[in-house]
Amino acid sequence: MTEADAVALLAIAAMAVPTLLMRVGGFWLMNRLPPSRRLRRMLEALPGSVVAATIVPILAREGLPAAVAMAAAAVVMMVRRNDLLALFTGLAAAAAVRAAGF
Amino acid sequence: MMTSDPANFRPVLTVAGLRLGILAILPVLPGVTVFSMVVGATMAQKGLAFTHSLLMNAFVYAGFSQLVAMEAWPDALDIGALLTLALIAVTINARMLLVGASLQPWLRTLPAWQSYPLMLLNTDVGWITAMRYRQEGGNDVGFLVGGGIVLWLLWMTATTAGYWFGALIANPRAIALDLVMPVFFGTMLIPLWRGYRRAIGWVIAGAVAFAIHALFGGWWFIVVGALVGAAAEGWRE
Repeated sequence: MTEADAVALLAIAAMAVPTLLMRVGGFWLMNRLPPSRRLRRMLEALPGSVVAATIVPILAREGLPAAVAMAAAAVVMMVRRNDLLALFTGLAAAAAVRAAGF
Repeated sequence: MMTSDPANFRPVLTVAGLRLGILAILPVLPGVTVFSMVVGATMAQKGLAFTHSLLMNAFVYAGFSQLVAMEAWPDALDIGALLTLALIAVTINARMLLVGASLQPWLRTLPAWQSYPLMLLNTDVGWITAMRYRQEGGNDVGFLVGGGIVLWLLWMTATTAGYWFGALIANPRAIALDLVMPVFFGTMLIPLWRGYRRAIGWVIAGAVAFAIHALFGGWWFIVVGALVGAAAEGWRE
């Protein structure tokens, strides 16, 4: 093993170990907290909260194409309940808005 | 809508569940493929050896944090650079803590040798499809296994293809492939919807994330926003 190998392996480990701890840590912690109604409500609200916290700053940063994509995909999803069709419509709408120069 | 509370049933694992999990991620596979190729291509551009890129992809398996890390990759042994990489991994991947936490009510009755390996397969896309499946009453762990294994195999294949043939990727922004994740994430709010009252936490999460992102930049906005929103739901009433 060369020194370059050693540096790369250390660098990979520096990322792999924390990421692994993140992947198992939330599950591990929840196994140890006493279950309560409040905690259950929090966990139930987590998926929607993670989605909202992820997409709102992206929508703000990417502007009109992202907003149009999101709106188009949401409407298709509400009407047809088909996520493939919703995603495709959203991306097509964003591509069209970008092609128009926005 | 579910008719009974599935929380009291022990999860099962069937071939039908595997199939459902794979079907659920099909819409995002083109987007995941292109994104993975971009990660592979970036590693090649930055001069990472192929074997090292394979190891990193297999064991870190967190594409966006790897992309950012390529900007801070050390040439020589440098403690500061290693700490920077660890910090990038923690800040960008901290949302995986929330992913694992939200899976706990479903998987807590499984023996640890089954539940913990499942956590290693956690991804944003696989998780959000699983949350939708769960909300609709699903209880088959095959859903997580099927989608999780297909996503990992695709990631390994597409990053490798990107490493060697990355120059072939056309402009992904022109066909809006950079928006696959946020748009797919957003559409999942519709099956997750349980009325306006239950959406107050989502609004708080989005607003807090927006404020954190605008004020401080960086990558904490997802975790902080989501935690505040979920906590608000927990403490309400």
